[in-house]
Amino acid sequence: MSDMTDMTAARPQKPVNSLLVQDANTARRNASEKRFRAYGITAIAIGLVFLVVLISSILFKGVGAFQQTTLTLQVELLEAKLDKSGTRDLDKIKKVTTFGYNPLIDDAIRRAIDEIGVENPFRKGKDLRKMLSSGAAGQLREFVIANPDRIGDTVAFKLLASSRVDGYLKDRVSRESLARDKNLTPVHLDLIDALRDAGIVRKGFNMSFITGADASESRPEQAGIGVSMLGSFYMMIVVLLAALPIGVAASIYLEEFARQNWFTDLIEVNISNLAAVPSIVFGILGLAVFIQFAHFPQSAPLVGGLVLTLMTLPTIIISTRASLKAVPPSIREAALGIGASKMQTVFHHVLPLAMPGILTGTIIGLAQALGETAPLLLIGMVGYIASNPPEGLIEGFLSPNSAMPAQIYEWAKRADPAYYERAWGGIIILLLFLMTMNIIAIILRRRFERRW
Amino acid sequence: MSASLLLLIILALAAVGFVIGRGRALRSVQGDRRRLHSLPNYYGFNVAMLAFVPAVLVLALWVVVQPMVVNSAVSGLIPHDSYADAGALNLIMSDVKRVAHGLDAVAAQGIVQKIPLSEMNVGNTDIRGLLGSVGVALGSDVTQDVLNAAQEFRAKSAQGALWMSIIVLVVALAGFFAAIRMTNGDLRARNLVEHGIKAVLIGAAMIAVLTTLGIILSLIFNTISFFGMFPMADFLFGMTWSPEGRGGSEHLGILPLLWGTIYISIVALSVAVPIGLFAAVYLSEYASRTTRAFAKPLLEVLAGIPTIVYGLFALTVVGPMLVGFFGADGLNWMQGARSVMTAGLVMGIMLIPFVSSLSDDIINAVPQSMRDGSYGLGATQSETVRQVVLPAALPGIVGAILLAASRAIGETMIVVMGAGAAARLSMNPFEAMTTVTAKIVSQLTGDADFASPEALVAFALGMTLFILTLGLNVVALMIVRKYREQYE
Repeated sequence: MSDMTDMTAARPQKPVNSLLVQDANTARRNASEKRFRAYGITAIAIGLVFLVVLISSILFKGVGAFQQTTLTLQVELLEAKLDKSGTRDLDKIKKVTTFGYNPLIDDAIRRAIDEIGVENPFRKGKDLRKMLSSGAAGQLREFVIANPDRIGDTVAFKLLASSRVDGYLKDRVSRESLARDKNLTPVHLDLIDALRDAGIVRKGFNMSFITGADASESRPEQAGIGVSMLGSFYMMIVVLLAALPIGVAASIYLEEFARQNWFTDLIEVNISNLAAVPSIVFGILGLAVFIQFAHFPQSAPLVGGLVLTLMTLPTIIISTRASLKAVPPSIREAALGIGASKMQTVFHHVLPLAMPGILTGTIIGLAQALGETAPLLLIGMVGYIASNPPEGLIEGFLSPNSAMPAQIYEWAKRADPAYYERAWGGIIILLLFLMTMNIIAIILRRRFERRW
Repeated sequence: MSASLLLLIILALAAVGFVIGRGRALRSVQGDRRRLHSLPNYYGFNVAMLAFVPAVLVLALWVVVQPMVVNSAVSGLIPHDSYADAGALNLIMSDVKRVAHGLDAVAAQGIVQKIPLSEMNVGNTDIRGLLGSVGVALGSDVTQDVLNAAQEFRAKSAQGALWMSIIVLVVALAGFFAAIRMTNGDLRARNLVEHGIKAVLIGAAMIAVLTTLGIILSLIFNTISFFGMFPMADFLFGMTWSPEGRGGSEHLGILPLLWGTIYISIVALSVAVPIGLFAAVYLSEYASRTTRAFAKPLLEVLAGIPTIVYGLFALTVVGPMLVGFFGADGLNWMQGARSVMTAGLVMGIMLIPFVSSLSDDIINAVPQSMRDGSYGLGATQSETVRQVVLPAALPGIVGAILLAASRAIGETMIVVMGAGAAARLSMNPFEAMTTVTAKIVSQLTGDADFASPEALVAFALGMTLFILTLGLNVVALMIVRKYREQYE
């Protein structure tokens, strides 16, 4: 009771609630409003920062792969070493293995060092050759076999530098990091510095990364993504040829013909579930059905393409159905009204009008398939070194190959910083493809999409 | 005759059929197109369809079934005492097939032998050397049983191919002539063709069902044969995972893998859910039109980046960065770049747009009248979001989170590259652990010998993964659907 009297007594002293003066409660509520809004902005900012970090680390780490250090050397193709008989008989020339070319390279390096007037710190040719890729001799041999008439001449060759030297020019390798390295010593780097000043060691655009094939584990400087790009290309052709017709046919049935019954429900539930099945499970399917059961060739782009087809089908079906649905019923009614059959209505009128939307969905589905890796690992498209581009169309589909994402994974697994650089470079190329495809899809949608 | 040649012949027959059918229909009405029931082309298509479709179906069926029949017939020839179990029989059968292919190659290349192929036996010829010369390398010498089986395999295959050619051609010709016979001006060719097209459409739609069936069957059969070699209870409740080379593994328990999967998913979701949810709330409730048009697609770029990129990002950027903070130089909680935290964080980034887009849609579906009511009572915007919009959208958001969780569980490349390979039951998130998906990859890549429990366990793991993600998806879709119905 006494409380009551206190309150009534206190009332006159309490400040009058005014709209102009913020009381404590309102201030608290407004502060929490501001906080809430700040959380939202922070969340978006974090997301965007992640995006920026991701993109910039891709660019930062990957650009190096597009440059390659080479040594330009004047190699004397001694007849005494390469063609003792002097008959220019190709079979005999082929008998000289890459080992036979090493002394030529050694001499060329020695001469180059003498010319720029630096003292040669190495006695053995083996030590000198460490600056070059171990594939350099192969490079010479290939040239000689292709041009046997040049034996005896002195030819200028651009030979690949070893990955350590390449890394030194790209600031990946330093004198400190070489302290415990078996392949290269800091003395080599001094020599490289001198050769670089003389213009013999040079960093240039690395075309062979874009066109070349994968190389063995010890020769990252030779590895290129070109052949696996072809593998991806053939796979995408399979996906396009299989997924587009099947997807469009299935969507037409479901959207235009199917009656509402348990069978249609079964198909629809299946499609929406398949869209959410993890991609690795499609790999298991491909392994069990295409390779174990049907005995398709392992590692073949055809099999990879089929697996990816099954994976992208739901995407294509969902987007195709949406664009079929967007064609107004009046079009169908008009066609039916002038005597077209249901099938003619769909194929002559509805489908052409829905085509831009269908193509957009297909391109997005293809982009998804192009970046997919996990199922390809299971059907053996990884760990296989495709050294030559496939010859001809059937070879392209059936001979073992890799695919871009699988190749990137393979490089990342090799745990050599030089291969990491290649992997990031491969990612740049992969993302360029994806970006192009998505931009085409956006343009298609912008240009041809009709609003009814 | 090879299957592709047969296919070409049928195609040619169909093309001829088109021309003849069209001409015959026109002739039957003396060239007066108005008297035809359908457009002339439909008569052509009708003939082509009847010549082509049944024959191709028979051909496809034959190509699939024949190897199975031949296989089972030939494997009966292998004496029962020469192999211990089904796995060993499989190995012998693959040898048989290699030998048979090798002998085919010998025959095809026309390598002249002193002894004709059919009379060859282990005693009078060096089979291994002979096959080696045509590029078929064998692991061991060929036994007489294998050679007999291989010869039988060749004979049965050749016989099968002959019958296939005959039957397929007969079916094609029967369809061809039947269709031509029935072609005249009154035939409802369009209806027939349209029925055919509709059947094709239904067939295409069935592929989704077949895919699911294929997944389930391939998982079930291999899982059953795995449990035939390895006790089910040890797999489901085993606390250690340590497969050994080929056969003889005692510890293939799934629990450490499941724990790794769940732990990484929890880390990923605790990154993705708060960020994604707040982003969705801000984008749908606060952001101006321009901010939305700019931020939403940018966030969705994160979802379009292939997982291999995230994997490499985890391995070479996030991992080393975490080691810098928590490794030996810092808090010393972390040994290597690969850990639950590495994979979880990166997976969380990947899932942000997934959570935010789905939640955004769901929040937008909450009717404006509910917000207006709340404002009318004097609530601020954030109070409206927290006390009205989010509770109304909660079932949908839970659905979105479950979908994100199923993504996290099924994600492969990030964990293969970022989480490590050691199966551990540990609480430390900075330790390397491994997941179900990562182990599926490691058990099935490399030498493919599907007969050993070490390879077959991958199918049991796949089964677990499939059931888990399917369950999550079904529950999530049910929740989302139920919620949608409330407001529409």
